[in-house]
Amino acid sequence: MTQKTDFLLAGVGGQGTLLASNILAEVGLRAGYDVKKSEVHGMAQRGGSVTSHVRWAEKVYSPLIGQGEVDYLVAFERLEALRYIEQLRPGGTLLVSEHGIPPISVTAGKDQYPTTEQMIHTFDQVAGTVIWIPSIKLAEELGNARVHNIIMLGALSTQLNVEEQVWLEIIEQRVPARFIELNKKAFQRGREVVTGHQ
Amino acid sequence: MKRLLSGNEAIAYGAWESGVRVAAAYPGTPSTEILETLAPMPNVYAEWCPNEKVALDVAIGAAYAGSRAMAVMKHVGLNVAADAFFYASMTGVEAGLVIVSADDPQMHSSQNEQDNRRYAKFARVPCLEPTDSQEAKDLVGVALEISERFDTPVLLRPTTRICHSSTPVEIPEERHDSWQGPPKYRIDTTKYVMVPANARKRHPVIEERIVRLSQFAETFPYNVVEMGGTRLGIITHGAAYQYAKEVFPGDQASFLKLGMTYPLPRKLIADFAAQVDRLIVVEELDPFIEEEIRLMGIECEGKSIFPMVGELSPLIVRQCAIEAGLLPQSAQVEAVSPEKPPLPPRPPILCPGCPHRATFTVTKKLKLVVNGDIGCYTLAFLPPQEALHTCGCMGASIGVAHGIAKAGIQQRHVAAIGDSTFFHTGMPALLNVAYNQSNTITLILDNRTTAMTGHQQHPGTGKTLQMKDTIAVEFEPLVRAMGIPHVTTVDAYKIKEVETALKEALERDEPSTIIVRRECALLPEVRRTYKPLKVDRSKCIACWTCLRTGCPALRKSDEIYEKNKREKSDIDPLLCTGCELCAQVCPAEAIQFRAQLYGSEEGQEAG
Repeated sequence: MTQKTDFLLAGVGGQGTLLASNILAEVGLRAGYDVKKSEVHGMAQRGGSVTSHVRWAEKVYSPLIGQGEVDYLVAFERLEALRYIEQLRPGGTLLVSEHGIPPISVTAGKDQYPTTEQMIHTFDQVAGTVIWIPSIKLAEELGNARVHNIIMLGALSTQLNVEEQVWLEIIEQRVPARFIELNKKAFQRGREVVTGHQ
Repeated sequence: MKRLLSGNEAIAYGAWESGVRVAAAYPGTPSTEILETLAPMPNVYAEWCPNEKVALDVAIGAAYAGSRAMAVMKHVGLNVAADAFFYASMTGVEAGLVIVSADDPQMHSSQNEQDNRRYAKFARVPCLEPTDSQEAKDLVGVALEISERFDTPVLLRPTTRICHSSTPVEIPEERHDSWQGPPKYRIDTTKYVMVPANARKRHPVIEERIVRLSQFAETFPYNVVEMGGTRLGIITHGAAYQYAKEVFPGDQASFLKLGMTYPLPRKLIADFAAQVDRLIVVEELDPFIEEEIRLMGIECEGKSIFPMVGELSPLIVRQCAIEAGLLPQSAQVEAVSPEKPPLPPRPPILCPGCPHRATFTVTKKLKLVVNGDIGCYTLAFLPPQEALHTCGCMGASIGVAHGIAKAGIQQRHVAAIGDSTFFHTGMPALLNVAYNQSNTITLILDNRTTAMTGHQQHPGTGKTLQMKDTIAVEFEPLVRAMGIPHVTTVDAYKIKEVETALKEALERDEPSTIIVRRECALLPEVRRTYKPLKVDRSKCIACWTCLRTGCPALRKSDEIYEKNKREKSDIDPLLCTGCELCAQVCPAEAIQFRAQLYGSEEGQEAG
């Protein structure tokens, strides 16, 4: 029940990474863990790379996870998965969105956005399990691309031993009232895509 | 009930719980959410001030008048407020006064990583440091009690990692303000009029006060000894305590956690040191605790093992401990260094629809040297704008541009400063430009909010922190009254208007100010008006002029333009706000304006 579980959430400013980490942290607290969550606000929000550390354990000291100690790396954008992959414990689980957002240097033609093959090659050297989620496509099917972050959480929830009901209650508390049903659907969709896929 | 609170939220709860009546601040990462959380709570007065010095004076006034008070700022804000900090130490207070300085090791959002524990010692003010959100909440009340008991302001110093980490906190249900009656003002000129004759009497008082505080620190409940193995003793504080506990788990070491890092308890430290074989100090930034301990004549190690620069982390503490022989090699965490393709960086950038983008497109075109200031527009120094050339601290732009002009540089220099930053410390500098007459061109980038820290109100917005209607200061009459002869206001989205105004200013050999106005595109009322534009591919000549504006909504399409074999442009409808900057710079009229796409009325209204 209180086995140590460390999550690193990575994305691009404006993608909803921080909302997802808030939900994940609350779920841990509700499930009976000591929980710490850490992120940096401010400049990083302006379209920059954003990370959030979430830790569940019987007793958590550091709000930051040590390098190579992350159990689950959840990336809302695939280049960000590549950027932080060495934070993952060897054999850990990577959940990565198929979504790609080219940084400005790529649009300007100065840098190359790494290919999916290059990414897979790198991920396989670290991760024990890699789960690709077409999160934006699924979210658009539900009518709102913004809920892709909740789809990712739904996918993550299949790997964890916390009752689905707990997740849904926290989501209900954390999203605006008119989006509750949409977000619950997104969460379910995220679960289905993994359980179907495995 | 336990809830996850960030350190900042927890400090707000602590202030409310312990009966703070007046709280004042200027927004600054990582401190901003403290007042934002406190402001809606019942029976508290909270305000944004134009700058931190004013905020601290306000809090001091409230504390003089018998109300518990709090001033909040980021670490560099205490530089602005330092004058007030020092006199408050000299005068002391009637009711409790806590000054929150949120320090920023690693400079996540700052121009330096100064260690404000130095200020505590400098001004003879006690300094408290929380290690998590629960302590952040509790230490506010403790600070106020110390403040009243010892007649001193108290510095509460969280760091970014405390401010922006969330940990479980027992939520207070009631407010303990039974200790304080109605506010009253007690006249005591010897204590509160710091003319030299009185100040000379006060100096020995504050020196004696800090000696009593160091005795108090001996039994202070937040200075905690946790005895484990005695081979190694670790003295630590703040976030560093958590990293050290993680890296030396169980009984591997004994700990002395300092909740008060100035002044230090001599006997407690000596007794702890005597019980361990090797004494180390794990602290972030300066060797502050280490130096104090050495001054006591106690041997310890600190910065010979751990870095003085940047934020600590479990990784850094572990690596340094292994290198110093404090941990065996086997303590190394097994990690993989995978083969990776080169990673394009993803720095923060000006948002789609940012009203600053056109301004810097123009200053770049005119090859102007721009002295920048603190705000989102500082990002214009990065590619693709690369149009901002100095940035030091809040309010620096105008003085620096004036100084460059006075140094005899013929090329015209421009100062670019945001609306909130102008009110903060830009005003005296602009007054100086007028008074001492340089031909400095000042651009007030008026996006109608304090954008970088997340949209706080300021004297130009017409609302207070607690959302009361108030005056909205107008820049044009203000700047004219300060003696600037040439003042114009332009729409930040109209690139030609900006260019014309700048060229006009360049022709005049006199001080001039251009107010470049347009609401921040992230404000909720602006978000409702987004209307994405489209590229007419049949007209696009793949010149990429639009891409060079650096707008994240612009990208290359899959379609190739036959003549130059390059990809034609495309617009991401999810990101585009419809600001029309790209449409204005497009030489082929390939990007359609709002009016063309949505009909004139709707397009113009939103535009």
